[in-house]
Amino acid sequence: MAQEHRMTGAQAIVASLEAEGVEYVFGYPGGNVLGIYDALYDSSIQHVLVRHEQAAVHAADGYARSSGRPGIVLVTSGPGATNTVTGIATAFMDSIPLVVITGQVETGIIGTDAFQEADITGITLPITKHSYLVKDVRDLPRVIKEAFYIATTGRPGPVLIDVPCDVQAATFDFWYPLTVNLPSYKPTLRGNKRQITAAAALIARAKRPVLYVGGGIIASDASGELMELAESMSIPVAVTLMGKGCFPAEHQLYLGMPGMHGGIHVNMALEQADLLIAVGVRFADRVAGKLADLARSTKVIHIDIDPAEIGKNQEVDVPIVGDARGILAGLIEELRKMGAQPHCQDWLQQLAVWQREHAIPCAHRGDAIDPAAFMCDLARMLQQRDDDFIICTEVGQHQMWAAQKLPINRPRAFITSGGLGTMGFGLPAAMGAQIANPESKLLCISGDGSLQMNIQEMATIRSLGLPLKVIVLDNAALGMVRQFQELFYQQRYSATLFDESPDFVAIARAYGWAAACISTPSQIRAALEWLLSYDGPALLTVRIPQDALVLPMVPTGATVDDVIIARPEHDGREAEL
Amino acid sequence: MSDLHTLSLLVENKPGVLTRVTSLIARRGYNIASLAVDRVEDPTLSRVTIVVEADATPTEQIIKQLHKLVDVHKIYRLDDEDSVSRELALFKVAVTPDQRPEIISITNVYRARVLDISPDSMIIEATGNGNKLDTMEGLLREYGIKEIVRTGKVALSRGLRD
Repeated sequence: MAQEHRMTGAQAIVASLEAEGVEYVFGYPGGNVLGIYDALYDSSIQHVLVRHEQAAVHAADGYARSSGRPGIVLVTSGPGATNTVTGIATAFMDSIPLVVITGQVETGIIGTDAFQEADITGITLPITKHSYLVKDVRDLPRVIKEAFYIATTGRPGPVLIDVPCDVQAATFDFWYPLTVNLPSYKPTLRGNKRQITAAAALIARAKRPVLYVGGGIIASDASGELMELAESMSIPVAVTLMGKGCFPAEHQLYLGMPGMHGGIHVNMALEQADLLIAVGVRFADRVAGKLADLARSTKVIHIDIDPAEIGKNQEVDVPIVGDARGILAGLIEELRKMGAQPHCQDWLQQLAVWQREHAIPCAHRGDAIDPAAFMCDLARMLQQRDDDFIICTEVGQHQMWAAQKLPINRPRAFITSGGLGTMGFGLPAAMGAQIANPESKLLCISGDGSLQMNIQEMATIRSLGLPLKVIVLDNAALGMVRQFQELFYQQRYSATLFDESPDFVAIARAYGWAAACISTPSQIRAALEWLLSYDGPALLTVRIPQDALVLPMVPTGATVDDVIIARPEHDGREAEL
Repeated sequence: MSDLHTLSLLVENKPGVLTRVTSLIARRGYNIASLAVDRVEDPTLSRVTIVVEADATPTEQIIKQLHKLVDVHKIYRLDDEDSVSRELALFKVAVTPDQRPEIISITNVYRARVLDISPDSMIIEATGNGNKLDTMEGLLREYGIKEIVRTGKVALSRGLRD
């Protein structure tokens, strides 16, 4: 039986976090969380003082994505709380477990527009899995226990706890509950047996099956089962942006990434398959495009822990709600009992042919660095080294080049904002991931636009002495939007071209980082050697042409038949790749 | 126009739960045609009866999304065949004293009640399904309806289940 101790609400919050095994809290203090910060002073929990509350959430998110443990955020009321909104929405879209604790004004003055008052539970209602406003100090331990449970079980997500400052100050007899009692929250974990049998029968018969897998495999820790299923039946595996690493890129059954900037052969495979085995994916518009129209003859098995995802974007023949790991294990077992044998050699050969035929070569252009070719150079360098790498990205063209070219071979080693597409996510997320993985080499791939959205975290990283590395692909433009304007808005570059980039090398040095800049292909090798070997935080600016495109590209709402593989000829301009 | 679907939810009886339910429906892009909320036999719970305007497939999606709310215990989808439903309406009708008998006879036919008589108006209380109230409203309109208030639909499934 847990022991009772007389303590304040603030002390109880810290004691509860300790009871949950929390090691790090990412946050920023303020008037209405002074009590909790005072209690933290005596705790073994490490507090990471960021330079902006949005970054605290992204850092906790990167910590969670790279470790599988929930990320914890602590901020004050009002602006501290509202600054977390983008971070919470980012985690919500990608199903990342966070517990966000916000201070609130005194209970008695809530609703009076008091200084630094914001209705943060109201503001975050659509972007949290659940939220609490705690008005009675005696509720705190139960609420925190529930928050951790809700954040980390079922389809994970962020949970917010708003704690008025008088509740932090009130005293009560604290004991931490060992269990939760939530009769209305019971995620389905075990897949329906009949559905598993039906799915196995489809898999055993399929001639052109594709496993289409995503972030759910990582959340469920199901990579081993995925591998076993793919290998036992020789099924090729298409891995979404969110799933990168859940199936090793070096594996012969690895097909690549589907979607708007995915491999042409991968999108063809999804369209021509006679069976899609979708696991932990949501047929997102950036992946599936107009798949729904095309796949009428394709049978679809959809495995997901969230029943609301089934049938939301795609009609399904065999839905299975539950935890991917157990369901995949069930499928393997069922197929074994059926004596099913791999029989898709023709299909695999066809895919290999498509892969060869539709590969888009990338090479540097004279003295200019081609960003896709740069990623290939980086990939080769990473493969030659023994280090365990975690790649973090910002959002934009650089994110897609990294996703296309960098081979990721283990789960939780590729961290990116997939659903919300949050510029400014990468640097703080990389910081959180480095804190969770001190033995790994953290590499943040960034652009000149994204980096400037949370650049202040270079100070946090320096003060923590984290040896993380940033590569800025600098085209002095908002490249992805510029690309859309070039291709779909008649080259009318409205508000996407910066006149010039700031001197990122000077900025980095001012923050106490080492830094260098390159602009020609011949400098790449030495610069990367230096960057990857440097002992401490370091930044490398890579100047790239402003007009570089992410290719291939399936335009929004189009099919793989309309894929763009080279720069189209514009009026009065030479076509060039 | 989409079809109307009646959903009956058992939810936690605490602040903010109704906001969670209604804002979810709104942000997924659907309209609430009517809404009724009150306590039930268990004081920790409330029943929310919602009529949403949506096609059948989106309604399934709304139900699945509502199920994900931690404060929502149960959701029933009520069809006309296997449930009974009622609405209550109050009509304030402009009537001269010599018209009163006509209004009272309409009231009797519809098993409604006269709640109040003023020199120049009457208030009628009527209970029934939406159609009945609509037709009664049509009849009373002839005399001049000054104000109407209608509760949302409340509904219960027939027979016993879980």
